[in-house]
Amino acid sequence: MEKLYESQKLALWYFWTAIVLFGAQLLFGLIAAYQFINPDFLYGTLNFMTNRMLHINAMVVWLLMGFIGGIYWFLPIETDREVVGIKLGKLAYFAFVGAVAIVVLVYLFKQFGSGDFFTLWFITEGREYIEAPRWADIVIVAVALTVAYNVIATTIASKKITGILGVLIVDLAALFGLYIAGMFFTPNISMDQFWWWWVVHLWVEATWEVLVGVLMGWLLMHLLGTPRKIIEAWLYVEVMLVFGTGILGLGHHYYWIGTPEYWLGIGGFFSSLEPLPLVAMVVHAVYDAGAHKLQTVNRPALFWAFAQAFGNLFGAGVWGFMHTLPQINLYSHGTQMAAAHGHLAFFGAYVSANLALFYYILGKTRVKEGYILNGVPWKIAYIGLIVGIFGMTAALTVAGFTQTMIERATLGSTWEAYIQAQMHPWMEEAFKWRLFFGVVFILSYLVLLYDLITAGKRGEQLKEAQLAG
Amino acid sequence: MSVGWLEVVVATLFLSVVVSLVLARGRHWLEPGFWKVAAIITSSVMVITLILLSVDTVRKVSMGSKRVPQPSVINREIGYVYNPDRRAMEPVFGKEVGLFGKVWSEEEAERLIVKGKLVIQSRNCMDCHTLLGNGAYYAPDLTKAWLDPKWEKQIMPATGAKSKEEAMKIFLMHPDKYPTWFRRMPNLTLSEEEAVAVVAYLKCMSAIDTNGFPANFPEVKVSQIQ
Repeated sequence: MEKLYESQKLALWYFWTAIVLFGAQLLFGLIAAYQFINPDFLYGTLNFMTNRMLHINAMVVWLLMGFIGGIYWFLPIETDREVVGIKLGKLAYFAFVGAVAIVVLVYLFKQFGSGDFFTLWFITEGREYIEAPRWADIVIVAVALTVAYNVIATTIASKKITGILGVLIVDLAALFGLYIAGMFFTPNISMDQFWWWWVVHLWVEATWEVLVGVLMGWLLMHLLGTPRKIIEAWLYVEVMLVFGTGILGLGHHYYWIGTPEYWLGIGGFFSSLEPLPLVAMVVHAVYDAGAHKLQTVNRPALFWAFAQAFGNLFGAGVWGFMHTLPQINLYSHGTQMAAAHGHLAFFGAYVSANLALFYYILGKTRVKEGYILNGVPWKIAYIGLIVGIFGMTAALTVAGFTQTMIERATLGSTWEAYIQAQMHPWMEEAFKWRLFFGVVFILSYLVLLYDLITAGKRGEQLKEAQLAG
Repeated sequence: MSVGWLEVVVATLFLSVVVSLVLARGRHWLEPGFWKVAAIITSSVMVITLILLSVDTVRKVSMGSKRVPQPSVINREIGYVYNPDRRAMEPVFGKEVGLFGKVWSEEEAERLIVKGKLVIQSRNCMDCHTLLGNGAYYAPDLTKAWLDPKWEKQIMPATGAKSKEEAMKIFLMHPDKYPTWFRRMPNLTLSEEEAVAVVAYLKCMSAIDTNGFPANFPEVKVSQIQ
């Protein structure tokens, strides 16, 4: 075990905070899933809207924290020096955690406010995914700026810029700059949603994808020893494909919000190509798996990296493609199809990436040279989480098809049509299956948590490691 | 400016490929440098195209444009009918009927719409409902909620209100008292002023041209199309 840079210690703080928030995401998701079956549960106390807001906000924040952790881990290795503004970085961490804690408490105990700007500034902005009140937005932007500053300043101080760092800097600037597009009020809902998608889509379907490409590139380079030249060539291909399809793929959110008709063609064309970079990633993963015969000093990190490649392709690629063309989206837009896609895509693309990075870091901090990180619990968690997410996705897909067919295509999208679809056995059953697999998922999370806490420290693991060593 | 989607697609792809190939000439295609050029050029072409299209779109979705009417549209009769030429449903506008028994001036209507949007955000409507199809899926889509037949069929008799807007106002102030099935909307303590603003907002939203979403909605005709 080498001595850690301060930046890498900060990375560990970020990852532990992320994992705790992951748990919070699952808890509120579970309550929300149960409310589909028993709507009286916590009715009036902790309404669905509050649970759902906490569910998706915890997700956005913990994934971002994991990414920041990944950046702080690899940045000193890549630049061969301590991060320049490390004190500022630590301060930003506390500001971030403090802001999140206050926002969560306000969400839980205040929940909503009266219809004025005070509510938007101090309680919630009420815009899906970016509900955080405006004051917290400002803190998030400040935190983001310190991360960007640290990356740029450290790169300059090291006097060399690698291809990976170049991509990272451009991507971070875009990623954090875009957040500002979501920080204004307009009474015009078409305008509101137009810019809102600039944040939401250009994050998850463009800049986040590239950021994860950078982090997974570093991971493969250090975990498997893949040559830098190959990683960088792949990264450039990824950037070309992700930005080449994803930027105008934004158009698939502009079909029905009042925006002009040309978005139907532009959005349909480019978004249906969005799976291309994901196929490329799978090709890379399969190649690496074969080249290394699945052997490495860190099994869980390697397996989560594969889960990332395949999960991204299935969740973002296949499930996204299912309803991206306007011809089907006219009926499936705003149904459980989007929930099915969202669950698998976020898990595949981003949850898996964060877990791969976290396991890699744990291996580096806990396992001695010559030993391997392995064991039984991570396998249980790995299989359990994957079965859980696919089960939830399958159930939501059935619900989504049913809703599309009954509410939208047959009964005409009215309030009553909505109720008829929701009460159809195909949807009611699906919500029960989703809850069942949600429980499987959260139990697997507990195993994962146990393994993350104890991996590399357990007696049985050392024995196995010695055998392998 | 009239923009054709196919021209945009062909032009962006053509520019990306040709400019990349010109600038990367002399480099072997297996070199990282070749793909670096392709990545930079492709991303730039797409970003520039997005910005140009956004300028056009922002103009076309501004309030008072053909697609997103002025707030004072709340005074008009609003319908939603199938247009065979477009092969899609679209909003239609009839005579002036007012809202809550009065005709709102442009400024009053605008203030009301601003208030309505603030209420919608402050009550986090989007984390149960969808608006223009975006949001959560625990409750019905509100894009054309103003035109929903349930107000007249069920909520007006239940509340004893004389008009649709009154029924909507009463429902929004006490949704827990008027369940339509086993999921009930919680009471979000809307004041009367806030409820009126939300009703106006829903009426205004139903006037947006959404390219035929939601499809297949029961047609609502207006007395005299203007």
